[in-house]
Amino acid sequence: MNQELLRQLGEALHQVQGFIYPNEIEIHWGMLIVVYPYLTGVVAGAFILASLVKVFNVKEVQPIYRLSLLTALSYLLVAPLALVSHLGHPERFYEILLTPQPSSAMAMFGFVYAWYLMAVLLLEIWFVHRTDMIAMAEERKGLMRGVYRALSLFSRDTSGRGMEFDRSALKAITVVGIPSAFLLHGYVGFIFGSVKANPWWSSVLIPIVFLFSAIVSGIALVLLLYMVIAPLTGGKIDMMCVDRAVRFLFYAVIVDFSLEMVDFIHRVYQSEEEIKILSELVVNKLFMSLVIIQVLLGMLLPLCLIAVTMIFRRRFSLNEDLRKMLYFVSLILIQFGIFATRWNVVIGGQMFSKSFRGLTAYKLEFRGIEGLLYALVLLVLPIVILAGLLKLLPPWKEMHGES
Amino acid sequence: MSGRRRFLQWLVALLFFPARSIAKEAAAKGSWYGFGVAVDRCIGCGRCMDACKAENDVPREPFFVRTWVERYVVRKDGTTTVKTIAPGEEAVPDPAPDKSILRSFFVPKLCNQCVHPPCVQVCPVGATFRTEDGVVLVNPKTCIGCRYCIQACPYGARYLHPATRTADKCTFCYHRIGRDLLPACVEVCPTQARIFGDLNTTASPMSRFLRMNRIHVLKPALNTEPKVYYAGLDGEVR
Ligand code: SF4
Ligand code: SF4
Repeated sequence: MNQELLRQLGEALHQVQGFIYPNEIEIHWGMLIVVYPYLTGVVAGAFILASLVKVFNVKEVQPIYRLSLLTALSYLLVAPLALVSHLGHPERFYEILLTPQPSSAMAMFGFVYAWYLMAVLLLEIWFVHRTDMIAMAEERKGLMRGVYRALSLFSRDTSGRGMEFDRSALKAITVVGIPSAFLLHGYVGFIFGSVKANPWWSSVLIPIVFLFSAIVSGIALVLLLYMVIAPLTGGKIDMMCVDRAVRFLFYAVIVDFSLEMVDFIHRVYQSEEEIKILSELVVNKLFMSLVIIQVLLGMLLPLCLIAVTMIFRRRFSLNEDLRKMLYFVSLILIQFGIFATRWNVVIGGQMFSKSFRGLTAYKLEFRGIEGLLYALVLLVLPIVILAGLLKLLPPWKEMHGES
Repeated sequence: MSGRRRFLQWLVALLFFPARSIAKEAAAKGSWYGFGVAVDRCIGCGRCMDACKAENDVPREPFFVRTWVERYVVRKDGTTTVKTIAPGEEAVPDPAPDKSILRSFFVPKLCNQCVHPPCVQVCPVGATFRTEDGVVLVNPKTCIGCRYCIQACPYGARYLHPATRTADKCTFCYHRIGRDLLPACVEVCPTQARIFGDLNTTASPMSRFLRMNRIHVLKPALNTEPKVYYAGLDGEVR
């Protein structure tokens, strides 16, 4: 039998406080399931950021439009990897698609995912880049010409009417895409929110909280990437664009924060059977990750920083470099905050016993499939894929405002 | 008017369809199995746990169990301590001399074979299912090991088998009851604290147990409708 697992469980056994059911010593959804909603959150958020340009005509954000789409795609490609690797039998994964149980929220994963990937993201990216790909096929020689030909699905139409069609197709896709993005992440929240056995998860607000934290993480990440990539590729950071996007981010963080507060107040006010063990959980196990990282450092501090830049930019025309720095710090803090949110939901929800009489412990291993190392690989992999995509479908012209 | 009423009925039926489709009620004919626990009779000897592990290839380690026994000690100051009896632990020290104890008792636990099992509802591939006779089983050949069912079970009845990497739990010893044998834990229990039988047979020990006792189930508010029935259950037990 798995000696490593036994050793881990033996260690955890010593850290149990109070009474837990005997099967509860093992924490079943580990680091990979923390990474999974984080990845899908970035997808939904990045896509919604991109939609600002297309649907709501927010012109200032145009420089990061293509970057957002490609970011969404690279994160979407890695997300199922986290889910599949954590299965006891990854080789049976296709069963979810072949013999899905309609009553199961998780069984719908495959379909929501496929819909989002095929019908929304890939189509939108294809229409955005179609004429570019045709042009690139003309420019390049040899293998790459073939690649671009194939990528453009051998279409050659660059006439005005063809481009007009692209535009209206894009509009239609984005209109379908926004609810789909909501669906993608709302459903991930539903997977947790519908577990009535677990009072930490079981809340109708959870899907909505997930959604807003997704918007927050997506916008913040794309902005972060933009602020790093633009100077690296010989462009200048367009502060109009950043200011505008940060404003959206600011509102999204406020909504996210308020929703979480409502949820929290509601629980405390109702004060049901489980309130004692949940408060013990927060004080004993999650103080650092929830109170300090998620709320103070990941939400309130960036909110203050952004608010300060917003106020002082008008009053004293705050120096651009200083503003950049403050934004940059806030964006990084927000990323950590959102990751902590995922951690607190997933791991926190498994640290108390369903008997409401005790707490168990979770120790993150470094190696192994549920370990820190593999999680880091999954967190870096989308960036690597993004680098490849940026090579293939370069957004520089748009990003550097030359078009 | 009647058209509108019919429409409303239809609408309501549609809304509750998902709930109804999983909630197939007791089979009218055939067997419908249930389990009884007489809390006052349990002496915490732990033989049931041993028998279960031996019968069902459950790993010996204490982290994986299909059935277990909890020991409650309620003190005069209102505090309650709970512990799981370690399997094979023969003698539990007699708490009688301790004057601070108000009462102390044992509670056997196992999968409740719920009528509305959340574990069946959430399984993405249908590997967890309910049989005609009301027993919830896991098919290890199709289980993908996602552990959603473990999260969804409010009773901590499930674990992931470390060897097969699939979900596992009490099956009422389905391989035995089909051959008219009792579940292993029921058979070895020296005090008959565990009772098993067909709820559709009026003369079975199980039906008699339900008739003769005031019955309680665990976490009734969750609407899982457990089929493990407790007689003499204390309010402290969750
Ligand atoms: S007790 Fe748990 S495992 Fe057993 S049927 Fe109910 S929900 Fe499923
Ligand atoms: S672990 Fe197996 S039985 Fe449980 S929900 Fe997943 S696939 Fe179904």
